[in-house]
Amino acid sequence: MGITDITFYAFAVTLLSAGFLVTISRNPVHSVLWLILTFLSAAGLFVLLGAEFIAMLLIIVYVGAVAVLFLFVVMMLDVDFAALKGEMARYFPIASIVGIVLLMQMALLFGSWQEAEGARALRQAPTPDLAEMHNTKALGMIIYDQYFLLFQVSGLILLVAMIGAIVLTLRHRKNVKRQDVVAQMHRDPAKAMELKDVKPGQGLG
Amino acid sequence: MVGLEHYLTVAAALFVIGIFGIFLNRKNIIIILMSIELMLLSVNINLVAFSSFLNDLVGQVFTMFVLTVAAAEAAIGLAILVCFFRNRGTIDVEDVNVMKG
Repeated sequence: MGITDITFYAFAVTLLSAGFLVTISRNPVHSVLWLILTFLSAAGLFVLLGAEFIAMLLIIVYVGAVAVLFLFVVMMLDVDFAALKGEMARYFPIASIVGIVLLMQMALLFGSWQEAEGARALRQAPTPDLAEMHNTKALGMIIYDQYFLLFQVSGLILLVAMIGAIVLTLRHRKNVKRQDVVAQMHRDPAKAMELKDVKPGQGLG
Repeated sequence: MVGLEHYLTVAAALFVIGIFGIFLNRKNIIIILMSIELMLLSVNINLVAFSSFLNDLVGQVFTMFVLTVAAAEAAIGLAILVCFFRNRGTIDVEDVNVMKG
């Protein structure tokens, strides 16, 4: 067993245990932290597979953005999580049954799976030799060329998601004083201000 | 020697953990969203493993698209969750029947 194998098993075991702890943790903050560990282990597996760019992307996007978003929401909402966890024992049997059945189905598929004859001839973008081009450059060469439309559309998806999230969570509070610039600029000095000559000792009455 | 099957086994186990998490935490939608993230991650592991062992870069390109959709889904899901919490004061999704006709 070489160092690669040991690394693979270490990352795989960490990945699966952290993933399992995400689902059974009592405290959602712990769940998010286990989720971060899961993503980091998956990034390790991707590095082992030679997909360095995807691994770094996973760390930046998931650990840096998505997990922090989860953490933010978990901590912002004042939720009584103990009440939600109370019935976990009730769902445990059905969850285990579904999980075991699914695992057995996948095991059956693994037993009979084999690669098709001409599969390797059908490759769309064979990986260039590492001496010739590194992973990031090779990915860039096909993303900005063959998959440019899909790349733009995925940017559009992110834009729509961003606008949607803002629209969903935006709310106008009634009793907050805000500056209305247009109203300010359209005020007429003649109506806004009035000069009065106040006689001494009389006041404005 | 670690082969393709090892990675596929890890991905399958992670997917099953995701399904298990959804069934186990029926009430807590935050954990359900995290379980969905786990399932998407297992799909990504599958794609990258095949991409690496078949020497085809398209798998990694599609992993990026899956990542994009997962990030968008998490953002929208959490926004809906915040909205729901403001209206109901709880995130218990077992009795989401506001829209019942």
